[in-house]
Order: sequence, then structure tokens, then C-alpha cells
Amino acid sequence: MLKKLTLTLLAVCCNQALAAEVNIYSARQENLIKPILDIFTERTGVTVNLVTGAADELIQRLSLEGDNSPADLLIAEDVGRLYRAKEAGVLQAVESATINGIIPAEYRDSEGYWYGLTLRSRVIIYDKARVNPADLSTYADLANPKWDNKICVRSSGNIYNQSLVASMISRNGVEAAEAWATGLVANFGRAPQGGDREQISAVAAGQCDLAISNTYYFGGMLKSTNEAERNAAAAVGVFFPDQNGNGAHMNISGAGITKAAKNRDAALQLLEFMAGEEAQAWYAEVNNEFPVRADVPASELLQSWGTFKADNLALEQLGIHNAEAVRLMDRAGWQ
Amino acid sequence: MTQVLELKNVSVALESTVIVRDISLQLSQGTIGCLLGPSGCGKTTLLRAIAGFEKVLQGEISIAGQPVSNQQFCQPVEKRHVGMVFQDYALFPHLTVTENIAFGLSAMNRVDRQKRVQELAEMLKIGDFLNVYPHRLSGGQQQRVAVARAMAPKPGILLLDEPFASLDVELREQIAREIRFVLKQDGITAILVSHNQYEAFAMADEIGVMRAGELLQWSTPFELYHQPACAYVADFVGEGVFLNGTVITPSKVETALGLLGGEELHGYPVGSKVTVLIRPDDVIHDDASPTQARVVDKAFRGAGYLYTLALPDGSHVLSLAPSHHAHAEGEMIGIHIEMDHLVAFSAS
Amino acid sequence: MINSVDRAPEGALSSLKTGFYNRLPMLGILLLCLLLSVPVLTILASVTSSSDGVWQHLYETVLGDYVTHSLTLLVGVGCVVLLLGIGPAWLVTMTRFPGSRILEWALVLPLAMPAYIIAYTYTGMLDVGGPLQLWIRETFDVRFGEYWFPNVRSLGGAVTMLSLVLYPYVYLLSRTAFLEQSVCVLEVSRTLGASPWRAFTRVAIPLARPAIIAGLSLVLMETLADYGTVQYFGVSAFTTGIFRTWFGLGSTTAAAQLAAVLLLFILFLVLTEHWSRQKARYHHTSNKYSRLPQIPLTGWKSAAALSYCALPVLLGFLVPFIQLTLWAVDTWHLIDKSSFLTLFMNSLKLASVTAIIALLLGIFITYSKRLRPTLALRGVVRVMGLGYAIPGTVIAVGVLIPFAWFDNTLDAWMREHFDIATGLLLSGTLIAVVFAYLVRFLPVALNTLDAGLGKIKPTMDDVGRSMGLNPLQILRRVHVPLLQGSLLTASLLVFVDVLKELPATLILRPFNFNTLAIRTYELANQERLAEAASSALMIVLAGIIPVIILSKSISRSRPGHDSST
Repeated sequence: MLKKLTLTLLAVCCNQALAAEVNIYSARQENLIKPILDIFTERTGVTVNLVTGAADELIQRLSLEGDNSPADLLIAEDVGRLYRAKEAGVLQAVESATINGIIPAEYRDSEGYWYGLTLRSRVIIYDKARVNPADLSTYADLANPKWDNKICVRSSGNIYNQSLVASMISRNGVEAAEAWATGLVANFGRAPQGGDREQISAVAAGQCDLAISNTYYFGGMLKSTNEAERNAAAAVGVFFPDQNGNGAHMNISGAGITKAAKNRDAALQLLEFMAGEEAQAWYAEVNNEFPVRADVPASELLQSWGTFKADNLALEQLGIHNAEAVRLMDRAGWQ
Repeated sequence: MTQVLELKNVSVALESTVIVRDISLQLSQGTIGCLLGPSGCGKTTLLRAIAGFEKVLQGEISIAGQPVSNQQFCQPVEKRHVGMVFQDYALFPHLTVTENIAFGLSAMNRVDRQKRVQELAEMLKIGDFLNVYPHRLSGGQQQRVAVARAMAPKPGILLLDEPFASLDVELREQIAREIRFVLKQDGITAILVSHNQYEAFAMADEIGVMRAGELLQWSTPFELYHQPACAYVADFVGEGVFLNGTVITPSKVETALGLLGGEELHGYPVGSKVTVLIRPDDVIHDDASPTQARVVDKAFRGAGYLYTLALPDGSHVLSLAPSHHAHAEGEMIGIHIEMDHLVAFSAS
Repeated sequence: MINSVDRAPEGALSSLKTGFYNRLPMLGILLLCLLLSVPVLTILASVTSSSDGVWQHLYETVLGDYVTHSLTLLVGVGCVVLLLGIGPAWLVTMTRFPGSRILEWALVLPLAMPAYIIAYTYTGMLDVGGPLQLWIRETFDVRFGEYWFPNVRSLGGAVTMLSLVLYPYVYLLSRTAFLEQSVCVLEVSRTLGASPWRAFTRVAIPLARPAIIAGLSLVLMETLADYGTVQYFGVSAFTTGIFRTWFGLGSTTAAAQLAAVLLLFILFLVLTEHWSRQKARYHHTSNKYSRLPQIPLTGWKSAAALSYCALPVLLGFLVPFIQLTLWAVDTWHLIDKSSFLTLFMNSLKLASVTAIIALLLGIFITYSKRLRPTLALRGVVRVMGLGYAIPGTVIAVGVLIPFAWFDNTLDAWMREHFDIATGLLLSGTLIAVVFAYLVRFLPVALNTLDAGLGKIKPTMDDVGRSMGLNPLQILRRVHVPLLQGSLLTASLLVFVDVLKELPATLILRPFNFNTLAIRTYELANQERLAEAASSALMIVLAGIIPVIILSKSISRSRPGHDSST
């Protein structure tokens, strides 16, 4: 039986030289990416092979496999991971006039190692009944004692929180960011636990007044098939902070071509396809994200939240400050 | 006559402790031998060395004239063609009695195999439970199956490790005699290990007494009893006491029971101190005898009483008397000595 | 002084080596064990490297939490599994009450439930936004904080979740031990005036101690290796710490060192246990087994026994199972069903291939250890045994490192000498996946087989050899038939474990290859618990059948149980 499996495997891995194909290590999960890849295959005849997994582990795998790695493209769910991949030396720089013309500079690596493909913002979710949105203003304000025991947020092990803190470091320096984090921790309504959806549910249930969440989780709850989730989402509102300052904290999911890529051209073709209008519309829609290009409108649901000012910080800054952010959160006692 | 088993100056060590030293013995075709000794004397180790489970440190073991173990070489157990019966029988619980017996017969065809199993079942009287699993059998039945299994491949020599130790005391001698009969019937050469002299007497043609890794004497049961090679053997085999004595002539010794000894020379210098072995059957109850002894203790032995008697000088002897001679404790009775051989050892 | 000559049968085995003249197979086994220890050794080796002040940071901030939380988990889970495992095992073995025959096997069912799935399920039910609390708030018109409700996502919650799915190890092993105990020993204690309770606490439990400890150590190792549950509950334990250090702080070395500390701690526990056990021998002194007298319970006693034994099944299996079914029905129209069969078959294939290989390796390794218990082999097997306590991801990387190294070295060499590019031969194949499973789960098979083999008297080997069989023939004709029960247990435990395994599969699998566990994880990770329910349910269903077989075979394993007459 094992032998049979091995043979199939060998057949799979040795096929790669024969037909045009792209091999992807993807931290974006199968159901959120497979359909668009299938469309790509249909259009171009290029076969796409997919392994999904957690970004950090995929990067580790890439770097251990070295130059012989079969992967051509790495897709990650967060800029912090893309930056780690670049630092780990598993990506290669590519220049594509097409892509550079589409994707704004702050959402791609300055040297062309990675490109953002969808956008999300990390926002404040508030209880409509208990919180007046006029009292909300900035991320910095969340450290204000007036929110004592009122804020729900997930653990500091989560990369989105790490990126948020990294952006604070990048804007205001380590000391200010640490003071902020310490203040925020003091305002926690409960020990960090669960994912972003649970933070929103906790607000709806009255455990906290405010939650910090990525936009697509909120969107996912609004469109959920589960009535309780829809009800919870209906009870809360979304607030984009720092509208008078730098704008709401942004993050991307994105991709980079691997250093070991053997199908570089096909991979670039796929990357360009994913930055294309059709893919952008679908790709952003399926996970309730904002398209990375301005000329493709967001879904109706996302548009219904109104326009907002997005932080234009070059996202590679989030990667640069990631490790410091983790240490800082440890020191601040953010579990 | 070819010697089926021959040991020449064999020593065996386990984990660098010498357990058995310098043992030599021979066993001829069809003979049943026994290694007799208290637990811890090395008899099982010696048996396992013969089987090939242990290496020898020195000396040589030969089976059917072929060396199988020496310092350089140790033929593996599976090539020696020995049969072994273990103390715990080690019957395979997943196999029926028939399958257990046929275990070593895989080289035979089915018909021959069945024939051999039948033959053994008849000899060992286990025909009634051939299709039963071992845990259903009584201890005695399990023991017979274990013997049948070991005998089945017609081993050149059969080794039995304390084969009767797990049986009820009253069964032991009976089964020992039965097994002896079967072995003799099949013409099998065997050697058993035992700490019980009655088993050894019931089963063996030749017995070796071991102590602390050494073989003290290898001879027939009769010789062992009547001509023990040393005080230890004399004491270990049979009942009896030692009386102190003084050598008077080259053939006679003076003891509390008077002058003992016949015409044979005992070999000790005149005037030296010796101890003399007195067996219970040497001391005859004789009301007419002038030698009087006081009854200290008595034990009923069915056909007779075993009296413990105190002699005038305070030393004790045993006497076996027919049970109609009933005497109370404290009574004085007359005795005289009837001895074929004087068995004496230096007192030092 | 010549002493101890008529040696106990234990010692007799060493003699087998005399005849086992062919040393090559032994060397092969030793090398194989070494190969399987590479991931563990890689981690242990990290202790010597320097990690640039990361430890200083950890020590000043989070290390204390990691240690106290992990210890609390260990102690908590340890106590609860003993409570849930031993009592019911004794009751269903020794007494009769309504439902006891069903509970006998049903108590094993939670084994089919992966810890992360039960954690998702209970969270979905009991969390602040979950249906239960929602109902409380609506029915009594109260707000959060105005009523008391336990928080699932807490250290206590993690202890509960892990205990509910892990107690079957203790149940299984202690039940086996109770079944094997000679009734005579228990009856002797009764004739000496001991009450049934005293007989249980003073005789039955001490006799079953090695089995209970073996079950407990499996549980504790699983607990330490758990990442899914503690991560989901936001409990900062050693495993979550390893990941945070590894990826968040970017220090592979410090992460490996944390893992090494974990391993050393386990090694310490294992050796302590081993040492304490050496003082006493637990061989059964009687070979006579009569039918177990099952005492019928009546009245409140039977009701109490029923509730005690039903509780773990209810909480560990039925409740989450029903919830998953409800979710699955709810979301059935949403999920991708076309790939379900493939996922199911993939999971099944991996689990069975691994179980078979683990069984074969397990037999040869334990048998070699029996024939030739050299220091080297025993040491390597002990090191290999630690694999069970390592988080799957760490093992996966521990597998990736040597495999990728081998592939790349071979590739470079072949290019240089023959101008042929071999590429990655092993990395990224199912061979790597199965290898990782073996590193992680072979210890389970080894433990089971070791225990089984230990019960076979050495004289059985001697009989075989005196009949002219070589060691391999003895293995085939004597040991394998006698070990049937242990072989079944070992393979089924590995099978179920592989079915549930997630992290190593995730990292090591080849392109376009998914399993039920991966599908479940991906959906749950997107916080779509209800949609994850269908695949979760299929894992549970695939695991139930072997679990029931396992439980039934243990009932039949009792010595003296005669299936053929």
C-alpha cells in the first residue's frame, strides 16, 4: 500500500517538468482560494497544485527545502508573514510593470519580493446600545482609563495584533507603543481568548463594550448562515479609528514568488491574474475583503460601512517591527 | 557403549559470577540421571548449559560424542536436538493439547504427526483431553502434556527442570515413577534437576549431588545412600545422624553405641577422631540388648515409628521400629547396631 | 559466594543471545530506532546552542506563566482522568447495573474525539455568544455579568476538555489490568476481612498500578503535546510558548530549547516512575483464573454507579457528538461535499498504512529488546518514546530538517557526479508524513507491545528453541499468536491517533492532498465552527469503529476466556 502511495507521489512530483504548472504553498485556506485557481487553470491551461497550511510553517518548510523546493508561489494571510518570508530568504524579487501599475506602493514590498492582493482593516467594533460612536476616536484612545474593563481582544500570539502594535511602534516609537499596550491591557474586559468573531460575540453579549477585529470577520458574521451570529453582528457597529490622523490600520493578504521557483513565469502569470479585475472582485468578495486596487469596487456590504481613510504606512514596516512588537506585548502582560 | 552426554570439567558463569565449577559426568544411552541439590546449588544452570541456553566458561559438553559447548563454541539450542520440560511447563495457551504436542513436529507429514501424538497420548494417558486448551487441565495433566511435547520430536536427550515441583506432594512420586516408565519405554536418555531426593530415587538411575556449584558425587541411588562420598552427601541423602567416635583399629571405631565396624578398612589413623553415620535402619530395637537408650521423640510412619533416642552420653540417634513396638516418650528401650559398612568421616 | 543460581525466569532470557548468532538484524533495528529518534535528538541537541538573550526576555516576562500553566494542566488533567478512568473501569468490570454492558465499550468512545474538536464544540455551545448563555439572558432578562457562568476558554476549561477525551487511555489500561487480576488474590483479601472498597483500594489498584501509570503517562504526554486546545483557549502553556518564541520572536533556537526543556521534564517523570516501580514486582502470583464474579448492584447503588459511569460518556462523547450533528445538518447545504470521499479515503489510508508499519516496527523493536536488551537499544527506545510528548509541529520540523538535508545533499552529489538532478525525493511526500506519524505515535505501539510481550514467560521462548525453532520462527509461531490482543490494541490506538493528527500532516503533506482533519481545521480556523462540523463528525465516525473493536477485544482478552470451546 505504501509502495503504491509512493509511486503515486513520485508520479505527482515528477510530472512537474512535463506540463505548465504552478505549485503554491498557501496560508489562505483551500475554500478561499481554490475556486479562483480553478478559473485560472480553465483560462490558461496551467495546472495549479496547492498545499495549504499555517504561514510560518510553510515558510519554515520552504527554507528547509532550499533550492529544491517545488513551491513557486507563497501566499500569506498577513504582511508580517510575507516580511518573515523575505527575511528568511525564500522569496525572490520580481518586477512586473502590470502589477506595479495596479497595486499601490504601500501594499507591496519596495523591492518587489511580495505583493498585496486583498486588504482588510483592523477596526473597533462597538455595542450600539451602550456605546456612542462619538466617544470613539483613535487606537490611542483605547488605552484611556474610561474604557476600563470594557475591551475584548484576542491574544498577542495573533499576528493581526502583532501587526497593529508594530504599526504603533513604527509611528510612535517603542516607548509610546508600550505605554499604549500597557494601558490597553489594563482595560481588558476579560483575558484574551478566542478569535475575532468571539470578540464581536462577546460585545453583543454584553461582556465587553468594544472589540478589536478585522473587518472581514465582521462581514462574515453579518452574512453568516447562523442566526445567532447574524443577530450578534446586527447588535454592533463598526468604527474606523484615526480618521483625523493617519487613518485606520490596514493589512493585506498577499503573495510572493519563491526563490526556488521553477515555474517563475507561470507563477508571475498567476500573480498578475490575481491582481486582475475579475479575480480581485471575486477574491475580495469571498472573504469580505477590500480589493487591493482602487478601480475595483468593494462588495456592497463593505461599501455600506462607508468610505474611510486608510493608513498609508508602508506595510513592510509591520514586518520590520514584528519581533519587537511581540516582546513589547510580553512585557505589557498581553497574554 | 556410547555416552549420550559427557561433561568434562565444565564451569559456567552468569554475569561474571561463577555458578558451576569443574563438573564432569557421563550419561549412557537410555539412562535417567538426576542433578540433586538444594536450591541455589547451580543444578538448573548446569542443565541450561547442557541445553545450550547458557555458555560454558571452561570445559566441554558433548552430546552423542559431538562437542556442543566449549570455551570457543556454543552450538545454538535449536541445533542440539534436546527436549526440555520446564518447571512451569510453559504450555502454549493459544494451542490445544494436540497442537502443543505437535509443535516440534512441523517437519513430519500430517499422518506421522498424528500417529506420534496418539502414541504419546496413550503412553502418558492424556488421550481424553487432546482437544482442550491447557488452562483447562490440572497441574498433573499439564505436566504430562509438557513431557509429551518435549518427547515428541524424539530428542537425543530430554532435560527436565524441577518437573514435579509444581505438583501436589502426594502425586510427585507416583508421577515420577510413571514418567520413568514412559521414558524407559521410549528408550529416552534423560536428565532431571530436583531438590527432592524421593523424586530422584523414584525416577533416576544415576544421581549427582551438588552443593555450591560443585558436583560432590555421581553414582547410583544405592551407593549414594550407603556409601556417601562425604559428610554433606550423607547428611543430604536419607535420614541419619553422626556420632563422634575414636578410631581404635584400622577397621573399628569406638562410639557411644559401642565398637562399630566390620572387616573393611576405614582408612583413618588409629587414635584419630571421626564421625560415624548412623542410619535409622542401622539401629535395631532389641529389648534383650544391654545397650539402653531413652525415647526422646517419636513420629508415626505408618508401618513403623521413627524414634529419636538419647544415648547415655547425651548424643541422639534415630531408629526405625515396626509400629507394634510402641513405647512412650521417656521410656528406656534396648537397641543394637546392624551395619553393613562403616561410614566414617574425619571429625575435623 | 555462589548464590542465586536457580535463576528466576527473567534472567533466563539473556541466555537467548548465545544462540542469536546473526547480529546484523539487531544492528538494523538499532539503526532504525536511531533514525526514528533523529527528530527528538535534533531538539535535545539544541540545548547546547546560544539563543541571544531570548531566554532572558522569556524569563523576565512569560516563562513563569508557561511553567505554572503547563504544570496546572498536567496536575489537573492527571487527577480528572484518574477519577474518570479508574472508577468506571472497576465498576463495569466487577459489578452489574443497568447499562453496564453498553458502558463497558461506550466509555472508550471519547477516544475518537480529537481534543481540538471537542474544544471548538463546547466553546460554540457555552461561550458568551453561544446558545446556552443567549437563552439564559433572554429567558431571565439578564445581562452578561449578572449571572454566573463558567468560562470555557480558561485553564479550567482546557483541563476539562483534555480530560474528557484522554481519560479512555486510563480506562482502557486499568480495565485490562482489572480483567487480568486473579480473582483469587481479591478473594484472599476478602477472606482476610477486607470490604469490597478496601479490596479495591488496597489490592486491586496497587496491582493495577503499572497499567494505570502507563495510561496516565500517555495522557500526560498528550497533554503536554497539545497545541490546538490551549491555543484556541488562549491559555499560555509551554506549547503555545514554543510557537510564539519560534515565530513571534523569530528564535528557532530558543523555541527548540523550550521543547528540549519539555522533553527533559518528561524524561525525568518517566525515569522517576521507572525507578519507583523497580522496587516492587507486580507479577501475578497465581495462574488460576476463575470467572469474574460480577456483583449485581441494586437501588441507589446502581443509580449512582450508572450516573458515575455515564457522565464521562455523556460529556466526552454524546453531547459534543449531538451538537456536531446538529451543526452538520444545519450547514450541509453549504459545504463542499464532492471532495468528502477523497478526504475520507486519504485519512483512512494514512491511518491504516501508519498503523501497519507501526505494528511491524513495534514487534521487531520490542522483540529485539527482549532478545538482546543492550544498553544502546534500551536507551534509543527510551529517547524514541519521548516523541509522543512533542507537539506535532515541532516533530514535523524535526522531520523536515533531516529529510530536506538528505534530499538536498543527495541532489547536490548526483548533480556533481552524474549531472542528474534528483530534487526532493522524500520531503513533501507521504513518506515524510508517515515518518512523522511514526516518530509521534510509535511509542504508543511500543508501550502496548512491550507490556504484552512482558507477560509472556521467557520459558515460552526456551521451549520453542529447544524444539529447534530460530528466533524468527518463535516470534511467528509463539509470540504473535499470544500477542494478538496487544497487536490489535497497538494498531488501533495508532490508527485512531493518526486519524486525529493535524499539525504534522498540515506541514508535511504533498500538493493537493488533504485529510478530514485538515478540512476541519481550515474551516474552524476561519471561525466557521458549524461548517467544520461535517468533517469533524466524519473523523469521529471513522474512529468509532476501531474504538469499539478495541473495547470488545479487551473484554475477550481475559486469561481463561475461552473463545473456542
